[in-house]
Amino acid sequence: MSEHIMSSKLYYTIWIALLCLTVVTAAVSFVDLGRFNTVIALVIATVKALLVVLFFMHVKYTSEKLTKIVIASAIFWLFLLLALSMADYGTRLLS
Amino acid sequence: MSDSPIAVEQHGPELLHHFVDAEQQRDAATLGMWLFLATEIMFFGGMFCAYLIYRYAYYNEFAAGSRSLDIYLGTINTAVLICSSLTVALGVRAAQMGKRKLLVILLLLTIVFGLAFMGIKGVEWYQKFEEHHVPGHSFNAADLVKEYPQIHIDQQHEQIYFSLYFAMTGLHALHMIIGVGIFIFLTCYAWKGRYTPKYYTPVEIGGLYWHFVDIVWIYLFPLLYLIDRKPLR
Amino acid sequence: MATVAVTAEREHYLNKEYGIRSWLLTTDHKRIALLYLASITFFFFIGGFFALLIRLELLTPAGDLVQADTYNKLFSMHGQVMIFFFLIPSIPAVLGNFLVPLMIGAKDLAFPRINLLSWYLYMIAGVIYIHCIVYGGVDTGWTFYTPFSTAFSNTRVIEAGIAIFIAGFSSILTGLNFVVTIHRMRAPGMTWSRLPLFIWAHYATSIIQLLGTPVLAVTLLLVVFERAFNLGIFDPTRGGDPLLFQHLFWFYSHPAVYIMILPAMAVESEVVACFTRKRIFGYNFVAMSSIAIAVFGFLVWAHHMFVAGISLYSALIFSILSYLVAVPSAIKVFNWTATMYKGSISFTTPMLYAFGFIGLFTMGGLTGLFLACLGIDVHVHDTYFVIAHFHYIMVGGAVMGYLGGLHFWWPKISGRMYPEGWGRLAALLVFAGFNLTFFPQFILGYMGMPRRYWQYPPEFQVLNVLSTAGSTILAVGYVLPMVYFLWSMRYGKIANDNPWGAAGLEWKTSSPPPTFNFDEAPEVTWEAYNYEEIPAPAEVPVER
Repeated sequence: MSEHIMSSKLYYTIWIALLCLTVVTAAVSFVDLGRFNTVIALVIATVKALLVVLFFMHVKYTSEKLTKIVIASAIFWLFLLLALSMADYGTRLLS
Repeated sequence: MSDSPIAVEQHGPELLHHFVDAEQQRDAATLGMWLFLATEIMFFGGMFCAYLIYRYAYYNEFAAGSRSLDIYLGTINTAVLICSSLTVALGVRAAQMGKRKLLVILLLLTIVFGLAFMGIKGVEWYQKFEEHHVPGHSFNAADLVKEYPQIHIDQQHEQIYFSLYFAMTGLHALHMIIGVGIFIFLTCYAWKGRYTPKYYTPVEIGGLYWHFVDIVWIYLFPLLYLIDRKPLR
Repeated sequence: MATVAVTAEREHYLNKEYGIRSWLLTTDHKRIALLYLASITFFFFIGGFFALLIRLELLTPAGDLVQADTYNKLFSMHGQVMIFFFLIPSIPAVLGNFLVPLMIGAKDLAFPRINLLSWYLYMIAGVIYIHCIVYGGVDTGWTFYTPFSTAFSNTRVIEAGIAIFIAGFSSILTGLNFVVTIHRMRAPGMTWSRLPLFIWAHYATSIIQLLGTPVLAVTLLLVVFERAFNLGIFDPTRGGDPLLFQHLFWFYSHPAVYIMILPAMAVESEVVACFTRKRIFGYNFVAMSSIAIAVFGFLVWAHHMFVAGISLYSALIFSILSYLVAVPSAIKVFNWTATMYKGSISFTTPMLYAFGFIGLFTMGGLTGLFLACLGIDVHVHDTYFVIAHFHYIMVGGAVMGYLGGLHFWWPKISGRMYPEGWGRLAALLVFAGFNLTFFPQFILGYMGMPRRYWQYPPEFQVLNVLSTAGSTILAVGYVLPMVYFLWSMRYGKIANDNPWGAAGLEWKTSSPPPTFNFDEAPEVTWEAYNYEEIPAPAEVPVER
């Protein structure tokens, strides 16, 4: 972990951004965008998660590559579980 | 070079004997916590997989169940957790700068936010209990069907939504309780002055855990509360 | 460097402290390894006892020893005890715990207290499971398939689920400890390419433990919730999908088999190198194949579900992936064999187990490819063919790897030599007994005898009798090491630092090692398996 001490101003900025994104995602859900509602909700959630990971958890400022590999691997593994399971469910009606 | 106890004297008592130096100990601790968080991603991930499969199969029921949740309480709870992440991040910073009193205040604030989250969650769960939306023998989602008669909702599929709702928010709440417990310990040790700019690893890795629990909620919120809120004709 | 010390006055990890508190509150990875050794041996005999009853029942076509429901419990508990309480911990928790810090030149694992916690979690899980056995057992099959386990079984499913849930966390913590240790605590000069292949394989195993076990944990949790609160997540009459359980269950349980075999491959590399006195052929390939097995192992789980109702398209995908996952394992087998070419081979007990491993693992692995073929799987799924396949790998592979490793490192662990004559006899008995037990089962399965059946048509009896006969020989082969290992701790010939003349940092410290492993912190300037620099021992100090 790096010793880099972040400015509290940056923390407050991220905090405000997270709160705004929360309000946005809740508000957007009332607008009819069809399938895109889900996409936007997940995109916003991912942006929020990235803000927390990169700034609050200091991943942006760490010199440790291994941390990033661990995070990426875990997300990739979850993706494997979801994708290969859906490979079954998504194709059942086809066969 | 000898690995006798002599080397230990030059460091604080927190340096465990099997580590070469404090940096190795801190690097090991943080890597350990990140790996643990990876396991937690897979732990929650199993439930996310179940959620994904059933939402794909029973979209209408999931949407109806989602609509029955209180979006205002959910949004407020999300904001509460975001505030708690802020206080955690500021707390780690306070530890880095050796500001003991500030650290204690921020840790206490984090605990307060955590308890507030659980209080609101308790209120929501109680609402669900009153509405007979708790899975089990007295489950009855007829009110959902009544509200939107043009949409076909199967009671049993609806129960699956609520089973997952309680399982996922319950597991999340359990992690919050553990987090609050950890932070109580951290607060006590911080009060006693145990954390210095040279050694604040427990605060750092406790913070990582807390942020992770926050991130899980960041995903749970839209997936459970915001499936379909558009006004129905 | 530690000199040869023959007297018991020299302090080492066993005599440093006496008393039960010094063992139950130890954070020394070597003592924790021995705690695990005792516990898993206990569970091995429990699982073996269930196997004995199964084989006794199957001596006759009629169901005449136990009732059908009891038989269901026998095979379910045999599977769960052997997998979760014996095989999964075995090599990592015993040999891994003992050797990982020694092999990389560290004083202990990264988190010694978490290591002890891991053992306590295992013990708590074990106690809960024993309670489950005594008070009624579980009859769902080791696989807990829904909706039988969630809605219809009248046995102690929740208790068994909770026990295995806790055991899973023990496994996760062990894996976590190993990964952090291997990344952060290697001695100066111990680069990744100088690591023994034992370490590479345990690293890969730990990755599987970390990423797979949590999914099993949450799945068992859902089963417990469903059963306790009458939910309908896996109940088809209420819109649930039993296959969802199977997807989540096998997402862990297939990689779990690689948790069980990779450490045995770890042992294999060390033993083959030592008793051919050569560097393992294709070090890079063997190291990378361990990682490849760990990764690919996660991509194949639905091959357990080919006839369960998954879509044909996903079945095709999983079938192809299952063929691919065999490749890294085959690479290892080729490399071990190539190592032996023009090597100087000695037929010591560990090497006998290693030879057995290569042959039996290969057979088990190849029959796995039979199962990966969709058409054949329709015919042999849920028959004794499958049982024979996985026992060839788990017993012929993993258990022989475990026994071979125990023998190989026994001098280091205990400071004594086991009796070589008895060791070789036991190895041969295990090999012979194993083949007699399980080869007939391939034929039985192909002929159509289903698994988990308590009675069978009379035409299958001869093969079943052969199988049971083999299991008695196998049992003798397993009991012998228990007896002579215990015997050797008191009467065995005292071992010096490196009785086998093996490469590896663990052989550069005394037998048994001091509590902090090395009198001086090592600095590594040589490659792994530098057998050209190590003279073969003039005489292996064995007891005849």
